Amino acid sequence: MSAAGVAAAVRAGARAAVDVVEEHLASIAGREDELHAFNLVLADEARAAAEEIDRRVAAGEDPGPLAGVPVALKDNLCTRGIATTCSSRILDGWRPPYDATVVTRLREAGAVLVGKTNMDEFAMGSSTENSAFGPTRNPHDLSRVPGGSSGGSATAVAAGFAAAALGSDTGGSIRQPAALCGVVGVKPTYGLVSRYGLVAFASSLDQVGPITTSVADAAAVLEVIAGHDPADSTSLPRPAPALRAVLGEGVEGLRVGVLREFVDAVDPEVAARVTAAATALESAGAKVDEASVPATTLGLSAYYLIATAEASSNLARYDGVRYGLRVDGDDITSMYGATRAAGFGAEVKRRIMLGTYALSAGYYDAYYGQAQKARTLIIRDFDAAYGSYDLLLAPTTPTTAFELGAKAGDPLTMYLSDVCTIPSNLAGHPAMSLPYGRGGDGLPIGVQLLAPALGEATMFRAAAVLEASLA
Amino acid sequence: MVVGLEVHCELATATKLFCSCRNAFGDEPNTNVCPVCLGLPGSLPVLNRQAVELAMRVGLALHCSVEPSVFHRKNYFYPDMPKDYQVSQYDRPINVGGFLDLPDGSRVGVTRAHMEEDTGKTTHVGGGGGRIHGADHSLVDYNRAGVPLVEIVSEPDIRSSEQAKAYVNELRAILVAIGASDARMEEGSLRVDANVSMRRAGEAAYGTRAEIKNLNSVRSLGRALEHEARRQVGLLEAGEAVVQETRHWNEDEGRTSSMRSKEEAYDYRYFPEPDLVPLAPAAEWLAGVEAGLPALPAARRLALADAAGVPPTEPAVATVVSQGLDDLVTAAVGAGADGRLALNRAANELAHKPAPEPVAFAKVLVMEAGGRLTATQAKAVLAELVAGGGDPEEIAKAKGFEALGGDVVAEAVDAAIAAHPGEWERYAGGEAKLAGFFVGKVMAATAGKADGKAVTGLLRERSANR
Repeated sequence: MSAAGVAAAVRAGARAAVDVVEEHLASIAGREDELHAFNLVLADEARAAAEEIDRRVAAGEDPGPLAGVPVALKDNLCTRGIATTCSSRILDGWRPPYDATVVTRLREAGAVLVGKTNMDEFAMGSSTENSAFGPTRNPHDLSRVPGGSSGGSATAVAAGFAAAALGSDTGGSIRQPAALCGVVGVKPTYGLVSRYGLVAFASSLDQVGPITTSVADAAAVLEVIAGHDPADSTSLPRPAPALRAVLGEGVEGLRVGVLREFVDAVDPEVAARVTAAATALESAGAKVDEASVPATTLGLSAYYLIATAEASSNLARYDGVRYGLRVDGDDITSMYGATRAAGFGAEVKRRIMLGTYALSAGYYDAYYGQAQKARTLIIRDFDAAYGSYDLLLAPTTPTTAFELGAKAGDPLTMYLSDVCTIPSNLAGHPAMSLPYGRGGDGLPIGVQLLAPALGEATMFRAAAVLEASLA
Repeated sequence: MVVGLEVHCELATATKLFCSCRNAFGDEPNTNVCPVCLGLPGSLPVLNRQAVELAMRVGLALHCSVEPSVFHRKNYFYPDMPKDYQVSQYDRPINVGGFLDLPDGSRVGVTRAHMEEDTGKTTHVGGGGGRIHGADHSLVDYNRAGVPLVEIVSEPDIRSSEQAKAYVNELRAILVAIGASDARMEEGSLRVDANVSMRRAGEAAYGTRAEIKNLNSVRSLGRALEHEARRQVGLLEAGEAVVQETRHWNEDEGRTSSMRSKEEAYDYRYFPEPDLVPLAPAAEWLAGVEAGLPALPAARRLALADAAGVPPTEPAVATVVSQGLDDLVTAAVGAGADGRLALNRAANELAHKPAPEPVAFAKVLVMEAGGRLTATQAKAVLAELVAGGGDPEEIAKAKGFEALGGDVVAEAVDAAIAAHPGEWERYAGGEAKLAGFFVGKVMAATAGKADGKAVTGLLRERSANR
């Protein structure tokens, strides 16, 4: 059942939230061992929360728009008193004393939190293989990765462990796993959703968003978590957009550009699904044309300098002094070194070193400085394209889900998984992936809609049309 | 000696720079902390408006241009820094290009005055002599972490330890006057680092500088500069080079020692803080802050000197202003008191005491100037006035301070001369210091009621007419 369906039934008293939770816990019990979507299942907490929802419904209260909806949280979202690991050993034993703003908003909307999902360590990866607690597997094929870094959240939704999940997207970490798992994933406009309580990877790129089985569910969850938060200085001073209300408005007259640079970068069978989506939008009344945003080809290089630079600073605090893992040494420097050597995985170390280098005296201008210029160019080229188009259509990933281990030994190949998703993060623009057919291997293929800043409503209208065209 | 000073000043805000924890000195360790100032994963900073306002006040008081600014991260590992980076300002600070006028009339340029967060406070226990290396363990208090600071960087315009001390004293006076900080060096709310180099008189190029840290008082600053100047001169005269390095001032030993060299200096990897947006105070806000600034010490010194009819560099002028007695002196002058007398009596008799009522103060001074009270008597009346108030005439009467007629004093002088002919011969023969001997005799004879100046005058007169 969809999240919207659960909420409607629970609010109407037609279904008990506790029953909904038990069904999902049963699904988890059935397949979690083979999928490993979760770092932690909050069975007792979920049951208690569901009972409270049912009590409120019985008392004639409205528990909120997500009443009784089981939601999984990526394990980089802080939960008060509940371990938050970022799938890293370095946060061993740490329990945040506070809830992330998005977690508070979910609770206040009546959602029931069912668990913390597995991820690439500190959101660094595209396969969920970089987890200190072992990989998550793709529910459509256990030999395949679910994508990443929000692979646990995408798997949880695809496997029916939760009606919805939250992920975080720094370079595609919501959209790429959503595409590989056959679900809907949204990266909102930078600043639309509060980052307070999201453990930072790259602060200027990170954004929290929903992963759901339908476009309408994504709209419902985004409406709950979006909107100004005074605790986040980069939060935009505006209310959450109305999304569910516009889902039926269609795409008549919308100008849609098919993003040539991205289509050229992917497998033909993926490109074919983008063409099919273009045709569907056209037959729904959109004006579809080929578009070009040349500077997006700079995205990958710019991203791996900016994201790693910010990460090198954001992850400095894991030093063994105050919380998490500490490996003692003879003096403070050796304690730092031993703690971080034991606490971080290989990919995290690689990115910290890259980022440290990019910011170093004598290299800053050539690396970080240049990357910021590339970022400016990407924004400029997107702005130019949005002079002619309301939306851009593109593939989400180059291929369907790949085999576990296939790219784990080759970071550069792995980084290319995000070539179609990274530019939206650099520009701060919204983008979403939705399932649009399958490849020859029977695995899901996602197509991506990109919009200018705060273009969520238009983006969701087109997504709803595409979703309906498949039915 | 060429000196530039970097002064860190804690701003007197109610709360910290990026969170709503209390900004207070001396509370139980680790009680004013929250996820933000502890740098817990997921926490984010939100800029304190009051801190920005106080920083703008500092800039305006130092004649800086207040500009749109950007926060940067200064990255280095240290246990008292919860995030292992410090949020500071780098190439776009809020205040740039000002100056500070000192009481002696000199002007020291202010390069910049930027905002940043303070670190926690570490206590190293056992071994290591209070430093991290060699300590058994260290205790960290994060109450201070995230307290707003302004770092005021001077130009290398200072040429002596006296001028350096005057700069810090003047800066403290300004910071207190504008309500930006309590500026207490002993509590660490004002911290001074000094960059020192030496060059020969007339040379234009600067020498290699050393940065001196751990200066815990204005006195330490003066001592450290003198020591460091001697050390550098010694090196240079021996044909050796001064090494660019950071040096630690040891107050007990009275010397500086090397902390780290330029090669060991950190690469701070500054980059713009992505969790904060650029700061651009609206013009109306800035104008409001400027309009709300009180008169600053330099301007008050000029006004006071003008009112008292003395040069602004007169030391008593600075004292009176620093004691907040300039309004009293100006009022006394307005009520007929002599300017210089009012200044001197205020500077010497009223410092650190409750101010007397201006009209009464003026009355004492008028009585003294008119010869109705001797200097000693005037000071006694003033002390009484400060202690209990009242009318100076009444106080003088109650104390029996009837002015002595000139003939009484003259009689006493003549009697003293007659009684001590030997001393008189010597005085008249040029031993001027014997004047004190005769003044003492006259004072004894008149129970202290004679005016010392009048006595000296009579002695001179008698000697000349001998």
